[in-house]
Amino acid sequence: MSAFAAGPIAFAPHRVAAMVLRYLYLLRSSWPRVLELIYWPTMQLFVWGFLQLYISQNAGFFARAGGMFIGAVLLWDILFRGQLGFSVSFLEEMWARNLGNLMISPLRPIEFVAALMIMSIVRLAIGMVPVSLMAITMFGFNIYGMGFALAAFFANLILTSWSVGIVVSGVLLRNGMGAESLAWTLMFVLMPLTCVYYPVATLPPWLQFVSWALPPTYVFEGMRALVMDHVFRADLMAQALGLNALYFAAAAVAFLQLLKSARRQGSLLQSGE
Amino acid sequence: MEPAIAVDQLVKVYGATRAVDGISFALAPGSMTGLLGGNGAGKTTTIAMILGLVTPTSGSAKVLGAEMPRQRYRVLHRMNFESPYIDMPHRLTVRQNLKVFGKLYAVADLGARIADIAEQLELTEFLDRPTGKLSAGQKTRVALAKALINRPDVLLLDEPTASLDPDTADWVRARLEGFRKAQGATVLLASHNMAEVERLCERVIMMKRGRIEDDDTPQRLLTRYGRQTLEEVFLDVARGRGEAREAAQ
Repeated sequence: MSAFAAGPIAFAPHRVAAMVLRYLYLLRSSWPRVLELIYWPTMQLFVWGFLQLYISQNAGFFARAGGMFIGAVLLWDILFRGQLGFSVSFLEEMWARNLGNLMISPLRPIEFVAALMIMSIVRLAIGMVPVSLMAITMFGFNIYGMGFALAAFFANLILTSWSVGIVVSGVLLRNGMGAESLAWTLMFVLMPLTCVYYPVATLPPWLQFVSWALPPTYVFEGMRALVMDHVFRADLMAQALGLNALYFAAAAVAFLQLLKSARRQGSLLQSGE
Repeated sequence: MEPAIAVDQLVKVYGATRAVDGISFALAPGSMTGLLGGNGAGKTTTIAMILGLVTPTSGSAKVLGAEMPRQRYRVLHRMNFESPYIDMPHRLTVRQNLKVFGKLYAVADLGARIADIAEQLELTEFLDRPTGKLSAGQKTRVALAKALINRPDVLLLDEPTASLDPDTADWVRARLEGFRKAQGATVLLASHNMAEVERLCERVIMMKRGRIEDDDTPQRLLTRYGRQTLEEVFLDVARGRGEAREAAQ
Protein backbone atom coordinates (compact mmCIF):
# COMPACT_ATOMS: atom_id res chain seq x y z
CA MET A 1 0.00 0.00 0.00
CA SER A 2 1.11 3.51 -0.72
CA ALA A 3 2.45 5.81 1.95
CA PHE A 4 4.20 9.11 1.36
CA ALA A 5 6.93 8.58 3.95
CA ALA A 6 8.14 5.99 6.37
CA GLY A 7 8.04 6.37 10.14
CA PRO A 8 5.75 8.42 12.32
CA ILE A 9 5.07 11.07 9.67
CA ALA A 10 3.99 8.49 7.08
CA PHE A 11 0.81 9.46 5.29
CA ALA A 12 -1.20 6.71 3.63
CA PRO A 13 -4.14 7.89 1.49
CA HIS A 14 -5.82 4.49 1.83
CA ARG A 15 -6.19 5.00 5.58
CA VAL A 16 -7.65 8.48 5.06
CA ALA A 17 -10.03 6.96 2.50
CA ALA A 18 -11.01 4.26 5.03
CA MET A 19 -11.97 6.90 7.59
CA VAL A 20 -13.89 8.99 5.04
CA LEU A 21 -15.74 5.83 4.03
CA ARG A 22 -16.60 5.20 7.69
CA TYR A 23 -18.18 8.67 8.01
CA LEU A 24 -20.01 8.40 4.70
CA TYR A 25 -21.49 5.08 5.80
CA LEU A 26 -22.63 6.79 8.97
CA LEU A 27 -24.25 9.72 7.15
CA ARG A 28 -25.92 7.34 4.72
CA SER A 29 -27.36 5.30 7.58
CA SER A 30 -28.95 8.26 9.36
CA TRP A 31 -31.26 10.74 7.63
CA PRO A 32 -31.64 12.91 10.80
CA ARG A 33 -27.89 13.54 10.62
CA VAL A 34 -28.22 14.76 7.03
CA LEU A 35 -31.31 16.83 7.83
CA GLU A 36 -29.51 18.50 10.72
CA LEU A 37 -26.79 19.64 8.31
CA ILE A 38 -29.34 21.60 6.25
CA TYR A 39 -31.80 22.67 8.96
CA TRP A 40 -29.92 25.41 10.81
CA PRO A 41 -28.30 27.09 7.81
CA THR A 42 -31.76 27.27 6.25
CA MET A 43 -33.25 28.86 9.39
CA GLN A 44 -30.40 31.37 9.53
CA LEU A 45 -30.88 32.25 5.88
CA PHE A 46 -34.58 32.93 6.35
CA VAL A 47 -34.13 35.09 9.46
CA TRP A 48 -31.32 37.23 8.04
CA GLY A 49 -32.69 37.22 4.51
CA PHE A 50 -36.06 38.61 5.55
CA LEU A 51 -34.41 41.08 7.94
CA GLN A 52 -32.25 42.31 5.09
CA LEU A 53 -35.29 42.60 2.87
CA TYR A 54 -37.12 44.65 5.47
CA ILE A 55 -34.36 47.14 6.25
CA SER A 56 -33.31 47.53 2.64
CA GLN A 57 -36.84 48.78 1.93
CA ASN A 58 -36.54 51.32 4.73
CA ALA A 59 -32.96 52.61 4.70
CA GLY A 60 -30.90 53.96 1.82
CA PHE A 61 -27.58 52.63 3.13
CA PHE A 62 -28.79 49.05 3.33
CA ALA A 63 -30.43 49.33 -0.05
CA ARG A 64 -26.90 50.04 -1.37
CA ALA A 65 -25.47 47.19 0.68
CA GLY A 66 -27.85 44.63 -0.78
CA GLY A 67 -26.85 41.11 0.20
CA MET A 68 -24.46 42.15 2.99
CA PHE A 69 -26.31 40.28 5.72
CA ILE A 70 -27.04 37.26 3.59
CA GLY A 71 -23.39 37.19 2.49
CA ALA A 72 -22.32 37.47 6.13
CA VAL A 73 -24.61 34.69 7.29
CA LEU A 74 -23.48 32.34 4.50
CA LEU A 75 -19.81 33.02 5.20
CA TRP A 76 -20.35 32.67 8.95
CA ASP A 77 -21.94 29.29 8.29
CA ILE A 78 -18.86 28.21 6.34
CA LEU A 79 -16.77 29.06 9.41
CA PHE A 80 -19.13 27.59 11.98
CA ARG A 81 -20.32 24.55 10.03
CA GLY A 82 -16.78 23.80 8.88
CA GLN A 83 -15.63 23.52 12.49
CA LEU A 84 -18.75 21.64 13.53
CA GLY A 85 -18.36 19.20 10.62
CA PHE A 86 -14.81 18.49 11.78
CA SER A 87 -15.64 18.23 15.49
CA VAL A 88 -18.85 16.23 15.13
CA SER A 89 -17.10 13.60 13.00
CA PHE A 90 -14.53 13.32 15.78
CA LEU A 91 -17.27 13.20 18.42
CA GLU A 92 -18.95 10.35 16.52
CA GLU A 93 -15.94 8.21 17.46
CA MET A 94 -16.33 9.09 21.12
CA TRP A 95 -20.09 8.56 21.11
CA ALA A 96 -19.53 5.18 19.41
CA ARG A 97 -16.72 4.28 21.90
CA ASN A 98 -14.64 3.51 18.83
CA LEU A 99 -11.65 5.72 19.61
CA GLY A 100 -9.72 2.86 21.24
CA ASN A 101 -10.08 0.77 18.07
CA LEU A 102 -8.72 3.61 15.96
CA MET A 103 -5.89 4.46 18.32
CA ILE A 104 -4.52 0.92 18.26
CA SER A 105 -4.84 0.72 14.48
CA PRO A 106 -2.08 1.93 12.13
CA LEU A 107 -4.06 5.17 11.56
CA ARG A 108 -1.72 8.14 12.12
CA PRO A 109 -2.96 11.36 13.74
CA ILE A 110 -2.23 13.27 10.52
CA GLU A 111 -4.40 10.82 8.55
CA PHE A 112 -7.19 11.04 11.11
CA VAL A 113 -7.10 14.85 10.89
CA ALA A 114 -7.03 14.72 7.07
CA ALA A 115 -10.15 12.52 7.08
CA LEU A 116 -11.89 14.91 9.47
CA MET A 117 -10.99 17.86 7.21
CA ILE A 118 -12.45 16.09 4.18
CA MET A 119 -15.60 15.27 6.13
CA SER A 120 -15.96 18.88 7.27
CA ILE A 121 -16.11 19.88 3.57
CA VAL A 122 -18.54 17.06 2.74
CA ARG A 123 -20.85 17.98 5.60
CA LEU A 124 -20.55 21.66 4.76
CA ALA A 125 -21.44 21.00 1.13
CA ILE A 126 -24.53 19.00 2.14
CA GLY A 127 -25.74 21.96 4.21
CA MET A 128 -24.54 24.94 2.24
CA VAL A 129 -25.16 24.08 -1.40
CA PRO A 130 -28.97 23.82 -1.01
CA VAL A 131 -29.01 26.91 1.22
CA SER A 132 -26.96 28.98 -1.24
CA LEU A 133 -29.38 27.97 -4.01
CA MET A 134 -32.29 29.04 -1.78
CA ALA A 135 -30.57 32.42 -1.29
CA ILE A 136 -30.57 32.88 -5.07
CA THR A 137 -34.19 31.92 -5.58
CA MET A 138 -35.70 33.62 -2.52
CA PHE A 139 -33.55 36.71 -1.99
CA GLY A 140 -31.76 37.13 -5.30
CA PHE A 141 -28.38 36.80 -3.61
CA ASN A 142 -25.94 34.75 -5.67
CA ILE A 143 -22.90 33.96 -3.54
CA TYR A 144 -21.31 32.22 -6.52
CA GLY A 145 -21.32 35.59 -8.29
CA MET A 146 -18.39 36.50 -6.04
CA GLY A 147 -16.27 34.23 -8.20
CA PHE A 148 -12.59 34.07 -7.20
CA ALA A 149 -13.28 36.16 -4.10
CA LEU A 150 -15.60 33.43 -2.81
CA ALA A 151 -12.79 30.87 -3.26
CA ALA A 152 -10.45 33.12 -1.23
CA PHE A 153 -13.10 33.69 1.46
CA PHE A 154 -13.88 29.97 1.61
CA ALA A 155 -10.22 28.91 1.84
CA ASN A 156 -9.53 31.29 4.71
CA LEU A 157 -12.68 30.46 6.64
CA ILE A 158 -12.31 26.71 6.28
CA LEU A 159 -8.68 26.92 7.42
CA THR A 160 -9.74 28.77 10.58
CA SER A 161 -12.55 26.27 11.16
CA TRP A 162 -10.08 23.37 10.90
CA SER A 163 -7.66 25.02 13.33
CA VAL A 164 -10.43 25.39 15.90
CA GLY A 165 -11.67 21.84 15.16
CA ILE A 166 -8.20 20.39 15.65
CA VAL A 167 -7.75 22.10 19.03
CA VAL A 168 -11.24 21.04 20.18
CA SER A 169 -10.52 17.42 19.17
CA GLY A 170 -7.25 17.51 21.08
CA VAL A 171 -9.02 18.79 24.19
CA LEU A 172 -11.66 16.05 23.81
CA LEU A 173 -8.94 13.42 23.56
CA ARG A 174 -7.26 14.77 26.64
CA ASN A 175 -10.32 15.60 28.76
CA GLY A 176 -13.01 13.27 27.44
CA MET A 177 -16.68 14.03 26.87
CA GLY A 178 -16.69 16.58 29.69
CA ALA A 179 -15.28 18.97 27.09
CA GLU A 180 -17.98 18.20 24.49
CA SER A 181 -19.70 21.56 24.87
CA LEU A 182 -16.56 23.23 23.52
CA ALA A 183 -17.27 21.65 20.15
CA TRP A 184 -20.66 23.37 19.99
CA THR A 185 -19.82 26.72 21.56
CA LEU A 186 -16.17 27.68 21.06
CA MET A 187 -16.72 29.20 17.64
CA PHE A 188 -19.29 31.64 19.05
CA VAL A 189 -16.46 33.44 20.88
CA LEU A 190 -15.31 34.47 17.42
CA MET A 191 -18.69 35.79 16.32
CA PRO A 192 -18.56 39.23 17.98
CA LEU A 193 -14.78 39.52 17.66
CA THR A 194 -14.55 38.75 13.94
CA CYS A 195 -17.21 41.35 13.13
CA VAL A 196 -19.47 39.13 11.07
CA TYR A 197 -22.30 41.64 10.73
CA TYR A 198 -20.59 45.03 11.33
CA PRO A 199 -17.30 46.74 10.41
CA VAL A 200 -14.25 46.40 12.66
CA ALA A 201 -14.37 50.19 13.19
CA THR A 202 -17.50 49.62 15.30
CA LEU A 203 -15.40 47.97 18.04
CA PRO A 204 -13.54 49.97 20.70
CA PRO A 205 -9.91 50.56 19.61
CA TRP A 206 -8.39 48.05 22.06
CA LEU A 207 -10.73 45.30 20.85
CA GLN A 208 -9.88 46.06 17.24
CA PHE A 209 -6.35 44.73 17.91
CA VAL A 210 -7.86 41.44 19.04
CA SER A 211 -10.20 41.42 16.05
CA TRP A 212 -7.38 41.94 13.54
CA ALA A 213 -5.51 39.00 15.07
CA LEU A 214 -8.30 36.70 13.86
CA PRO A 215 -8.30 35.57 10.20
CA PRO A 216 -12.11 35.61 9.71
CA THR A 217 -12.15 39.37 10.45
CA TYR A 218 -10.27 39.92 7.18
CA VAL A 219 -12.76 37.78 5.33
CA PHE A 220 -15.83 39.61 6.64
CA GLU A 221 -14.21 42.99 5.98
CA GLY A 222 -13.31 41.74 2.51
CA MET A 223 -16.86 40.58 1.92
CA ARG A 224 -18.24 43.99 2.89
CA ALA A 225 -15.74 45.72 0.59
CA LEU A 226 -16.85 43.44 -2.24
CA VAL A 227 -20.59 43.76 -1.67
CA MET A 228 -20.67 47.49 -0.91
CA ASP A 229 -17.75 48.95 -2.88
CA HIS A 230 -17.31 46.18 -5.46
CA VAL A 231 -13.62 45.92 -4.58
CA PHE A 232 -11.79 42.64 -3.97
CA ARG A 233 -9.23 43.26 -1.21
CA ALA A 234 -6.46 40.75 -2.04
CA ASP A 235 -4.30 42.33 0.68
CA LEU A 236 -6.84 41.31 3.34
CA MET A 237 -6.97 37.76 1.99
CA ALA A 238 -3.16 37.47 2.00
CA GLN A 239 -2.99 38.66 5.62
CA ALA A 240 -5.72 36.20 6.60
CA LEU A 241 -3.84 33.38 4.87
CA GLY A 242 -0.64 34.27 6.75
CA LEU A 243 -2.47 34.23 10.08
CA ASN A 244 -4.25 31.01 9.16
CA ALA A 245 -0.96 29.28 8.37
CA LEU A 246 0.31 30.33 11.78
CA TYR A 247 -2.82 29.20 13.65
CA PHE A 248 -3.07 25.93 11.74
CA ALA A 249 0.53 25.05 12.61
CA ALA A 250 -0.10 26.02 16.25
CA ALA A 251 -3.28 23.90 16.32
CA ALA A 252 -1.41 20.88 14.89
CA VAL A 253 1.30 21.22 17.55
CA ALA A 254 -1.35 21.64 20.27
CA PHE A 255 -3.20 18.51 19.03
CA LEU A 256 -0.04 16.40 19.14
CA GLN A 257 0.79 17.69 22.62
CA LEU A 258 -2.74 16.98 23.86
CA LEU A 259 -2.55 13.48 22.34
CA LYS A 260 0.75 12.93 24.11
CA SER A 261 -0.80 14.14 27.34
CA ALA A 262 -3.81 11.82 26.79
CA ARG A 263 -1.38 8.90 26.51
CA ARG A 264 0.27 9.94 29.76
CA GLN A 265 -3.10 10.34 31.51
CA GLY A 266 -4.48 7.08 30.12
CA SER A 267 -7.56 8.78 28.71
CA LEU A 268 -7.50 7.15 25.25
CA LEU A 269 -9.22 3.98 26.41
CA GLN A 270 -11.81 5.84 28.45
CA SER A 271 -13.73 8.22 26.28
CA GLY A 272 -16.43 8.96 28.85
CA GLU A 273 -16.72 12.01 31.05
CA MET B 1 14.52 -16.04 19.87
CA GLU B 2 13.33 -12.48 20.53
CA PRO B 3 10.21 -12.36 22.69
CA ALA B 4 7.00 -11.20 20.99
CA ILE B 5 6.23 -9.04 24.02
CA ALA B 6 8.91 -7.91 26.47
CA VAL B 7 7.96 -5.86 29.52
CA ASP B 8 10.79 -4.60 31.67
CA GLN B 9 10.38 -2.86 35.03
CA LEU B 10 7.18 -1.26 33.77
CA VAL B 11 5.68 1.42 36.02
CA LYS B 12 2.58 3.58 35.61
CA VAL B 13 1.73 6.18 38.20
CA TYR B 14 -1.49 8.21 38.16
CA GLY B 15 -1.18 10.91 40.79
CA ALA B 16 -0.66 9.08 44.08
CA THR B 17 -1.63 5.68 42.64
CA ARG B 18 0.90 3.20 41.30
CA ALA B 19 -1.38 1.38 38.84
CA VAL B 20 1.50 -0.77 37.60
CA ASP B 21 4.48 -1.14 39.88
CA GLY B 22 7.66 -2.39 38.25
CA ILE B 23 6.50 -5.52 36.44
CA SER B 24 8.66 -7.56 34.05
CA PHE B 25 7.83 -10.50 31.81
CA ALA B 26 8.59 -11.78 28.33
CA LEU B 27 6.22 -13.74 26.12
CA ALA B 28 7.56 -16.21 23.58
CA PRO B 29 6.22 -15.99 20.01
CA GLY B 30 3.18 -18.21 19.54
CA SER B 31 2.41 -18.48 23.24
CA MET B 32 -0.89 -17.80 24.96
CA THR B 33 -0.61 -16.17 28.37
CA GLY B 34 -3.27 -15.24 30.87
CA LEU B 35 -3.06 -12.05 32.88
CA LEU B 36 -5.09 -12.60 36.02
CA GLY B 37 -6.00 -10.23 38.77
CA GLY B 38 -8.89 -8.61 40.57
CA ASN B 39 -10.33 -5.20 39.83
CA GLY B 40 -7.62 -2.53 40.00
CA ALA B 41 -4.81 -5.10 39.78
CA GLY B 42 -3.29 -3.24 36.80
CA LYS B 43 -4.16 -5.66 33.97
CA THR B 44 -5.87 -3.16 31.69
CA THR B 45 -3.19 -0.52 32.26
CA THR B 46 -0.52 -3.09 31.43
CA ILE B 47 -2.30 -4.05 28.22
CA ALA B 48 -2.83 -0.36 27.36
CA MET B 49 0.92 0.26 27.73
CA ILE B 50 1.71 -2.73 25.53
CA LEU B 51 -0.70 -1.35 22.93
CA GLY B 52 0.91 2.10 23.12
CA LEU B 53 -2.30 3.71 24.37
CA VAL B 54 -0.69 4.71 27.65
CA THR B 55 2.83 6.03 28.10
CA PRO B 56 4.72 4.28 30.92
CA THR B 57 6.00 6.41 33.77
CA SER B 58 9.19 4.34 33.61
CA GLY B 59 10.42 1.02 32.30
CA SER B 60 9.67 -0.31 28.87
CA ALA B 61 7.16 -2.37 26.89
CA LYS B 62 8.38 -3.81 23.60
CA VAL B 63 6.26 -5.54 20.99
CA LEU B 64 8.03 -7.46 18.22
CA GLY B 65 11.12 -5.45 19.10
CA ALA B 66 9.42 -2.03 18.88
CA GLU B 67 9.39 0.25 21.93
CA MET B 68 5.83 1.29 22.78
CA PRO B 69 4.48 3.89 22.30
CA ARG B 70 7.51 5.57 20.65
CA GLN B 71 7.91 3.08 17.81
CA ARG B 72 4.30 1.91 17.69
CA TYR B 73 3.78 2.54 13.97
CA ARG B 74 6.42 -0.07 13.19
CA VAL B 75 4.20 -2.81 14.62
CA LEU B 76 0.58 -1.67 14.98
CA HIS B 77 -0.33 -3.27 11.65
CA ARG B 78 0.83 -6.62 13.09
CA MET B 79 -1.17 -6.30 16.30
CA ASN B 80 -4.82 -6.13 17.29
CA PHE B 81 -6.98 -5.87 20.37
CA GLU B 82 -10.44 -6.79 21.56
CA SER B 83 -12.21 -5.60 24.65
CA PRO B 84 -15.84 -5.33 25.72
CA TYR B 85 -15.03 -1.80 26.86
CA ILE B 86 -14.62 -0.47 23.35
CA ASP B 87 -17.29 -0.80 20.69
CA MET B 88 -17.65 -1.05 16.97
CA PRO B 89 -19.75 1.79 15.49
CA HIS B 90 -23.35 0.66 15.96
CA ARG B 91 -24.94 2.30 12.92
CA LEU B 92 -22.55 0.67 10.47
CA THR B 93 -23.33 -2.82 9.25
CA VAL B 94 -20.96 -5.62 10.18
CA ARG B 95 -19.60 -5.67 6.62
CA GLN B 96 -19.06 -1.88 6.62
CA ASN B 97 -17.21 -2.02 9.93
CA LEU B 98 -14.99 -4.87 8.76
CA LYS B 99 -14.35 -3.06 5.49
CA VAL B 100 -13.27 0.14 7.27
CA PHE B 101 -10.92 -1.68 9.64
CA GLY B 102 -9.67 -3.95 6.87
CA LYS B 103 -8.69 -0.87 4.88
CA LEU B 104 -7.05 0.71 7.92
CA TYR B 105 -4.93 -2.42 8.31
CA ALA B 106 -4.33 -2.62 4.53
CA VAL B 107 -5.68 -6.17 4.39
CA ALA B 108 -5.10 -7.69 0.95
CA ASP B 109 -8.09 -9.09 -0.93
CA LEU B 110 -10.41 -7.64 1.69
CA GLY B 111 -13.70 -8.92 0.27
CA ALA B 112 -12.48 -12.52 0.44
CA ARG B 113 -11.02 -11.97 3.91
CA ILE B 114 -14.32 -10.60 5.23
CA ALA B 115 -16.21 -13.55 3.74
CA ASP B 116 -13.68 -15.96 5.21
CA ILE B 117 -13.67 -14.52 8.71
CA ALA B 118 -17.46 -14.15 8.69
CA GLU B 119 -17.73 -17.84 7.89
CA GLN B 120 -15.24 -18.82 10.62
CA LEU B 121 -17.09 -16.75 13.22
CA GLU B 122 -20.54 -17.66 11.88
CA LEU B 123 -21.34 -14.06 11.01
CA THR B 124 -22.23 -14.48 7.34
CA GLU B 125 -25.96 -14.05 7.84
CA PHE B 126 -25.39 -10.86 9.90
CA LEU B 127 -22.95 -9.15 7.53
CA ASP B 128 -25.48 -6.64 6.25
CA ARG B 129 -27.15 -5.92 9.59
CA PRO B 130 -26.32 -2.81 11.65
CA THR B 131 -23.84 -3.83 14.35
CA GLY B 132 -25.92 -2.14 17.06
CA LYS B 133 -28.89 -4.41 16.32
CA LEU B 134 -27.00 -7.59 17.16
CA SER B 135 -27.12 -9.50 20.44
CA ALA B 136 -24.23 -9.24 22.94
CA GLY B 137 -22.80 -12.56 21.75
CA GLN B 138 -23.01 -11.55 18.09
CA LYS B 139 -21.37 -8.18 18.86
CA THR B 140 -18.52 -9.99 20.60
CA ARG B 141 -18.03 -12.11 17.50
CA VAL B 142 -17.96 -8.95 15.36
CA ALA B 143 -15.37 -7.41 17.69
CA LEU B 144 -13.38 -10.61 17.42
CA ALA B 145 -13.66 -10.52 13.62
CA LYS B 146 -12.25 -6.98 13.70
CA ALA B 147 -9.44 -8.14 16.01
CA LEU B 148 -8.55 -10.98 13.64
CA ILE B 149 -9.11 -9.17 10.32
CA ASN B 150 -5.39 -8.43 9.85
CA ARG B 151 -4.25 -11.89 10.99
CA PRO B 152 -2.28 -10.31 13.85
CA ASP B 153 1.01 -11.71 15.09
CA VAL B 154 0.24 -10.28 18.51
CA LEU B 155 -3.31 -10.32 19.84
CA LEU B 156 -4.31 -8.68 23.11
CA LEU B 157 -7.64 -9.53 24.66
CA ASP B 158 -9.20 -7.79 27.62
CA GLU B 159 -11.90 -10.02 29.11
CA PRO B 160 -13.09 -11.24 25.71
CA THR B 161 -15.94 -13.31 27.11
CA ALA B 162 -17.23 -10.87 29.75
CA SER B 163 -21.04 -10.71 29.76
CA LEU B 164 -21.41 -13.72 27.46
CA ASP B 165 -23.46 -16.77 28.35
CA PRO B 166 -21.38 -19.92 29.06
CA ASP B 167 -22.19 -21.52 25.71
CA THR B 168 -21.22 -18.46 23.65
CA ALA B 169 -18.14 -17.91 25.81
CA ASP B 170 -17.04 -21.48 25.21
CA TRP B 171 -17.60 -21.04 21.49
CA VAL B 172 -15.46 -17.87 21.47
CA ARG B 173 -12.68 -19.68 23.36
CA ALA B 174 -12.65 -22.47 20.81
CA ARG B 175 -12.27 -19.92 17.99
CA LEU B 176 -9.45 -18.16 19.81
CA GLU B 177 -7.67 -21.45 20.32
CA GLY B 178 -8.15 -22.28 16.64
CA PHE B 179 -6.82 -18.90 15.53
CA ARG B 180 -3.75 -19.10 17.75
CA LYS B 181 -2.87 -22.56 16.43
CA ALA B 182 -3.48 -21.66 12.79
CA GLN B 183 -1.71 -18.30 12.87
CA GLY B 184 1.01 -19.02 15.42
CA ALA B 185 0.11 -15.70 17.05
CA THR B 186 1.16 -14.55 20.49
CA VAL B 187 -1.89 -13.96 22.65
CA LEU B 188 -2.08 -12.08 25.94
CA LEU B 189 -5.43 -12.51 27.61
CA ALA B 190 -6.58 -10.47 30.60
CA SER B 191 -9.46 -12.17 32.33
CA HIS B 192 -11.41 -12.68 35.50
CA ASN B 193 -12.53 -16.04 34.24
CA MET B 194 -10.27 -18.71 35.70
CA ALA B 195 -11.75 -21.58 33.70
CA GLU B 196 -11.04 -19.64 30.54
CA VAL B 197 -7.44 -19.03 31.47
CA GLU B 198 -6.99 -22.63 32.60
CA ARG B 199 -8.31 -23.90 29.30
CA LEU B 200 -6.50 -21.52 26.93
CA CYS B 201 -3.25 -20.47 28.50
CA GLU B 202 0.01 -22.30 28.98
CA ARG B 203 1.22 -19.60 31.32
CA VAL B 204 -0.48 -17.43 33.92
CA ILE B 205 0.72 -14.10 35.30
CA MET B 206 -1.11 -13.15 38.47
CA MET B 207 -1.26 -9.47 39.33
CA LYS B 208 -2.24 -7.72 42.50
CA ARG B 209 -2.05 -4.00 43.26
CA GLY B 210 0.07 -3.36 40.18
CA ARG B 211 2.62 -6.08 40.91
CA ILE B 212 3.18 -9.60 39.67
CA GLU B 213 2.34 -11.94 42.53
CA ASP B 214 3.05 -15.13 40.65
CA ASP B 215 3.97 -16.30 37.18
CA ASP B 216 3.93 -19.93 36.08
CA THR B 217 2.06 -22.64 34.19
CA PRO B 218 -1.47 -23.36 35.47
CA GLN B 219 -0.39 -26.85 36.57
CA ARG B 220 2.59 -25.63 38.60
CA LEU B 221 0.48 -22.91 40.21
CA LEU B 222 -2.09 -25.52 41.28
CA THR B 223 0.66 -27.72 42.72
CA ARG B 224 2.42 -24.85 44.47
CA TYR B 225 -0.75 -23.57 46.14
CA GLY B 226 -2.07 -27.08 46.77
CA ARG B 227 -5.35 -26.26 45.02
CA GLN B 228 -7.69 -27.98 42.58
CA THR B 229 -8.62 -24.97 40.46
CA LEU B 230 -7.08 -21.68 39.37
CA GLU B 231 -10.02 -19.92 40.98
CA GLU B 232 -8.83 -21.15 44.38
CA VAL B 233 -5.30 -20.05 43.55
CA PHE B 234 -6.66 -16.66 42.49
CA LEU B 235 -8.49 -16.29 45.81
CA ASP B 236 -5.34 -17.26 47.69
CA VAL B 237 -3.37 -14.60 45.84
CA ALA B 238 -6.12 -11.99 46.16
CA ARG B 239 -6.45 -12.58 49.91
CA GLY B 240 -2.73 -12.79 50.55
CA ARG B 241 -2.72 -16.47 51.50
CA GLY B 242 0.12 -17.14 49.11
CA GLU B 243 2.32 -14.72 51.01
CA ALA B 244 1.24 -16.27 54.31
CA ARG B 245 2.10 -19.73 53.02
CA GLU B 246 5.51 -18.60 51.83
CA ALA B 247 6.19 -16.93 55.18
CA ALA B 248 5.20 -20.14 57.03
CA GLN B 249 7.52 -22.20 54.84
